[in-house]
Amino acid sequence: MSTTTTLRPAAGEAEQPPTADPTATPPRPRRRPQRSAYLFLLPWILGAVLLTIGPMVTSLYLSFTDYDLFSSPSWVGFDNYQRLFTEDPRFWASVRVTLTYVLVSVPLQLAIALGVALLLNRPRRGIGFYRSALYAPSLLGASISLALAWKALFSTGGTVPNLLASIGLDTGGWTDDPDLAIYAVVALTLWQFGAPMVIFLAGLKQIPRDLYEAAALDGAGKVRQFFSVTLPMLTPVLLFNLVLGIIHAFQSFTGPYVISNGRGGPGDSTLVYTLYLYQRGFTDFRMGTASAMAWLLLLAIAVVTALLFATSRRWVFYAGEEN
Amino acid sequence: MAASTTLPPTTPSAPDPSPASAPPTAAGRPGARSRGVLWHVVVIALVLVVLYPVFWLVSASFKPAQEVLTDTGLWPANPTGENYATAMDGVAGYSVWRYLGNSLVLSLGAVIGNVFSCTLAGYAFGRLRFRGRGVLFAFMLITIMLPIHVVLIPQYIVFQQLGLVNTFWPILLPKLLATDAFFIFLVVQFVRSLPRELDEAALIDGAGPFRTFWYVIAPLLRPAMFTTAIFSFIWTWNDFFTQLIYLNSPENYTLSLALKIYVDQTSSSSYGPMFAMSILALVPVGLFFMAFQRLLVEGVATQGLKG
Repeated sequence: MSTTTTLRPAAGEAEQPPTADPTATPPRPRRRPQRSAYLFLLPWILGAVLLTIGPMVTSLYLSFTDYDLFSSPSWVGFDNYQRLFTEDPRFWASVRVTLTYVLVSVPLQLAIALGVALLLNRPRRGIGFYRSALYAPSLLGASISLALAWKALFSTGGTVPNLLASIGLDTGGWTDDPDLAIYAVVALTLWQFGAPMVIFLAGLKQIPRDLYEAAALDGAGKVRQFFSVTLPMLTPVLLFNLVLGIIHAFQSFTGPYVISNGRGGPGDSTLVYTLYLYQRGFTDFRMGTASAMAWLLLLAIAVVTALLFATSRRWVFYAGEEN
Repeated sequence: MAASTTLPPTTPSAPDPSPASAPPTAAGRPGARSRGVLWHVVVIALVLVVLYPVFWLVSASFKPAQEVLTDTGLWPANPTGENYATAMDGVAGYSVWRYLGNSLVLSLGAVIGNVFSCTLAGYAFGRLRFRGRGVLFAFMLITIMLPIHVVLIPQYIVFQQLGLVNTFWPILLPKLLATDAFFIFLVVQFVRSLPRELDEAALIDGAGPFRTFWYVIAPLLRPAMFTTAIFSFIWTWNDFFTQLIYLNSPENYTLSLALKIYVDQTSSSSYGPMFAMSILALVPVGLFFMAFQRLLVEGVATQGLKG
């Protein structure tokens, strides 16, 4: 992924032979293309053709058809798209829910991840344990087990409503409240801040110490150092986390499925996009509509990613490229 | 990017010449010491809050079924193992061993498929020269970001026509054909960090690319294969979406899907066994995590894997 290569400019260079090395002057034994490469790649090529390109083309075709798995697909032109846009309130509900979820959970998760990374970014005893313990939810949080626990923790009588009631905030059960249910899902996502945190920590370690020393000599305090040194130097990592986080969030499924018993309720308030796509395709067997939704999802992800990369020139700072 | 070289392995207590580390003279000062203590207090509190849901889940699994929602304390008032006994009996006519076995077979199958196919592809992309490499490599990187939904329906239709829905093949075949491109990327990064002199020496000695791969590269790639294996296992074990799509009779259910049966039943009397089975489902992931935590965390740090 181009983001990671830009993280450390040295990355791409590994490809070129180290010409500067004087001991490497005798010509390389073989420079001609190695045909055997295709044999190594055979499984991947088969997969790319049969499981990626073929299905992509087919689902694009199916998105212009009416298809229920049992009779053969019939061409309907843009009907599926038109119906989604103009006659399907649940589609728009799912778009609204997903956008809310993405816009709230991704920035907050990254803020928490960065905050904790800054806290952990010092050489203290036990740091490895703390880092692992705080990363653990990223591995566990995707499971059904934790989603079930989450549902109980946020439903009526659960720990979170009880705790909030004890400080005077009587929210009631989040999972039964159309205004709050999606935030129970958001909370489950925020809980998994460990993966971006670990990536931020790796980024923080790459920042040269002398930058801080120079800043301190110039009289910059801790806050000023954060905004003038840490944050600019972290922007490549931030971009990387942002892109991954958004792609991930657009496809969130397990949490909302479990918390709403697979229905997306109450009142479609947790009907995330992929859950509605699943219902259309695999409950209603509207494969044409589901394919159209899949392509719209791909389009949305592509546009958002492209926008992030296009604007990154303005806010992502690559050390060493220009000063 | 040379994964293993760009990031120094972060040993827990490795001394680091950073301004944050208190120099010996300052450490003796009461101010610095109490700040160190304060830091530990803050971080430990954070760890406890963050891990609370896990503690809660463990605790709930030992509460009597009727008290799961009423007994809100973290320590069960009347601890019992009956939930585990009920969970072991299973749901939908099969014991928990069936679901555990299915999860295990599926996850190990995914490990074998990914390690085999992604190592081969990663070696080719990372080391070999061939026509079309740039385009194919770019395509491979793009597929990392591709939402599965855009290929899911045609794949489902074909697997259905082949009579393979409700078997493990629709989930395992893509792994054997290297569709988890993230692991290819992981191997590519690792291959590039290996000194080229190694395979060049093998070439000069007359070894072909296959012998070079098998005797020189593959042994060196073990760490990357290992990371691939662990993540493949955990991700497949935890996966829900593709299993929900493809496995639709209880005899083929994994633990994820067996737990879904509890999701469908809304009666609160099944909460106890549900949480007991949840814990059983988490045990392998927990064990893997404890055994390989450093490797996992560093895998994420260097590759940006999304946990």
